[in-house]
Parts: sequence; C-alpha cells; structure tokens
Amino acid sequence: MSQEILEGLAAIVNEVAGTPVADITADKAFIDDLDIDSLSMVEVVMACEDKFGVSIPDGEVKNLKTVGDAVAYIEKAQA
Amino acid sequence: MTAALRLPATRPGSRIMSVGSYRPSRVVANDEIAARIDSSDEWIRERTGIIERRFAAYDESVVDMAVAAAGKALANAGVAPEAIGMVLLATVTHPYQTPSAAAEVSDRLGTRKAGALDIGAACAGFCYGLGLADTIVRTGTAEHVLVIGVEKLTDFVSPTDRGAAFIFADGAGAVVVGPSDHPGIGPVVWGADGSQKDAITMTQSWIEYRDEPAEQYPVLTMKGQQVFRWAVGEISKVCTEALEAAGITSDDLVAFVPHQANMRITDAMVRALKLPEHVVVARDIATTGNTSAASVPLALDALLQSTDLPSGGLALLVGFGAGLAYAAQVVELP
Ligand SMILES: CC(C)(COP(=O)(O)OP(=O)(O)OC[C@H]1O[C@@H](n2cnc3c(N)ncnc32)[C@H](O)[C@@H]1OP(=O)(O)O)[C@@H](O)C(=O)NCCC(=O)NCCS
Repeated sequence: MSQEILEGLAAIVNEVAGTPVADITADKAFIDDLDIDSLSMVEVVMACEDKFGVSIPDGEVKNLKTVGDAVAYIEKAQA
Repeated sequence: MTAALRLPATRPGSRIMSVGSYRPSRVVANDEIAARIDSSDEWIRERTGIIERRFAAYDESVVDMAVAAAGKALANAGVAPEAIGMVLLATVTHPYQTPSAAAEVSDRLGTRKAGALDIGAACAGFCYGLGLADTIVRTGTAEHVLVIGVEKLTDFVSPTDRGAAFIFADGAGAVVVGPSDHPGIGPVVWGADGSQKDAITMTQSWIEYRDEPAEQYPVLTMKGQQVFRWAVGEISKVCTEALEAAGITSDDLVAFVPHQANMRITDAMVRALKLPEHVVVARDIATTGNTSAASVPLALDALLQSTDLPSGGLALLVGFGAGLAYAAQVVELP
C-alpha cells in the first residue's frame, strides 16, 4: 500500500471533514468511522481526482468503503 | 446611400438601486416534510442546512409573489413604474406556457412603457437577468430595468420525492437596475452545459403526458450527487472567472451571495475559493430553502437587512442549476 497516497488521502479527509489525521488509517470506513457522509464523500473523491490525477466515476464511489479501498483504487488508476 | 442608423447614447455603468422581496407567510418545518418521505429533521439539516422554508398558499401565484417583491423594489428605489423600460422575470414555475409571467406582472405594476419577458435559466435565471439588465442600461436601450426571480416550486416538485421535496420552496425577489457614472455591475460570466440536461429535468414532457396520462403531471426531478459534483467542481471556477473579469480579487469583496442550492454546496465553494474571513457569506437557505431563481435576490435582501454592509461594497453573485446553466458577476451593493 502506497504510504504517499494514504497520507495525501488523509490530508484530504482532514480538510473536508476535520477528522484528525492520526485516525485516518487503511481499515477505517469513510462513512461509519470518519465523519464522512455521502456528500462529503463526493468532495473527497473530487479532491482525490485533482491531487492524484485520476478519474473516479460516480458509479465507482459506492465501492470505496474504506480508506484502503480508495488507496488501492487510486494506485491502480495511476498505474 | 442608405441613411445611417442612430443608436442611443451609452452609459459608463449600471448599478443595483434597490432590492425587494416577498416571502410567503406559511413556515414549513422539516418534520412536516420528513413525515412524507421517510426522512428526519436531522438528516435534512445535515445534508442541506435547511431548518425551515416558506410555502405559498394554494391560490397564491408566481405573478402575485413577483408583483409583491417588485413593488417593494420599486418603492425602495424611488423609481416610478413608468420609468421602467424592461421587466425581466426569471422563473421555471409559471404554469402557463404563454403568455409570459413578465407581461402580466408588468401590467399589474403599471410599468406601461416596459418590454417584458421571462427568462428560462432556472436557478441561474436571476444572474442572467442581471447581466442582461446591465447591458440594456449601459447601451441606453432602457434607463431602468426590473429584474425579478420568482418560484412556486411546490407546484412542480412532488411532495413525496425523497430526493427533492425537502430542498425546494417558494418566494420572490427583485431588484431595480439603473444608470451609474461608473460600473456598479461587473462583467457577467455565463454558460450552459446542455450535455448534462438530464441532471435536473422534468419527469416527462407534456407530449408524453398527453399520450399516456398519469396520476402525477410532469414535475422536477434531480440527480442530486451529479448536481453537487458539478456545482462544487465547476462553479467555484466560474466565481474565480467573474472576479478576474471584474479585475478584483476575493480580498476586495464584502459579501458572497451564491444561489442557495444547499448549504453544503455553499460551504464547499467557500473552501474552494479560499474566501477571506471578512467576506460575509449569505446563508439564507436555512430559513428559506432553495427557491431557484428567487434565491439570490432573497438572500441578498436578507443580508442587507441583517448586516450593516456598506453601500457600494462589492458582492460576488452566482446562480447555477438546470441546463446546467450558470451566471456570475460582481456587483456593488445598493
Ligand atoms: C439531494 C441531496 C441532499 C441528496 O443527498 P445525497 O447524499 O446525494 O443522497 P443519496 O441519494 O446519495 O443518499 C445517501 C443516503 O441518504 C439516504 N437518503 C436519501 N434521501 C434521503 C432523505 N430525503 N431522507 C433521509 N435519508 C435519505 C439514502 O437512502 C442513502 O442512505 P444509504 O447510504 O444508507 O443507502 C444532495 O445530493 C444535494 O443536495 N445535491 C445538490 C442538489 C442541489 O443543490 N440542487 C439544486 C440545484 S439548483
């Protein structure tokens, strides 16, 4: 798992939802564990697209349940 | 040789002279809506920032509300109805295909020398109208223009639509635009992305309804996430373009008055624009709901009433919605 992507994603979640960076680990679920709801998730996704230069279509968003899911998706999309 | 055509003398600028608004008297709290759509006060507050909204009475029309708001704007400007050269009325909820609501409003206001037309640019309609009014006044086509945004969305949203019933509401706002010795309305930045026409649309066309009558006549329907993504991603950029077009930066602003679509969209735009702390942000949606074309003038009026923002201070206005159409400009506060 890319530490760099994880840290970048944590910074985004912190910015959007104010969740402390230390709490944002791969096993955490955005909606249940990190104060993210369906609308802030859209913001997180958009910020990821910008930061990591990837495209995450609307239909894909519901599959990204945990931080780890998102890091893996971004890694694959960048490859 | 053909005779040369004469044009009216142009003006160096136009400005908003006054604002007027009309809020229907019935206050509707979230609980009343939530009961119909398996929702809750908490969910609606969290997702939209809306605490309550106003619903018009059964027999209260778009024209009635527009006349009330525009009458106040005229009185506040001290401009006689006869001095109005154009009535621009933005709405998507006038229940007649023709004639326009503007013609009827103009007649009731006694603006006898005015042209009158409706603008169909949904939630961007008021800012479109303001852009047009500025051009009309600066080119000398008219001296004063009435710009009205009005909606009775309760007639065109299903009360049981779980994706929309809690957002939309009713109301009217209006401004009088008149001459100025310097630009009081900055360049409008506008556009429309018709490739996303399905993001906010009607459930059916009238023709489909005619051919296969259903219990529910055509009403608005919205793909909430798609609209949210577009608004947060694209409209912040449009705002930046409007600031650049006017030759200012966000430091020069005293207020930001975005279309009151959803408080979460406003919050995200404020973050994306990195607005300085001193800029007052309109959050009228909390007690007004989303009134589409009426939301910008209603929010502007509420801000002027509740704060002591300086006359002549700069405010960034932006409208965005079905089309997907948008328009933004910087204006001097009246
Ligand atoms: C309409 C809007 C608030 C819906 O929020 P959303 O997060 O996109 O809602 P979703 O449909 O993705 O649903 C998310 C969750 O909330 C639930 N939900 C949806 N509508 C609900 C409602 N009215 N009440 C309670 N729960 C609701 C869903 O069932 C879903 O739950 P689940 O995750 O457990 O399955 C939002 O998309 C929005 O405001 N978009 C912009 C719309 C706008 O501004 N339009 C005007 C432009 S002029």
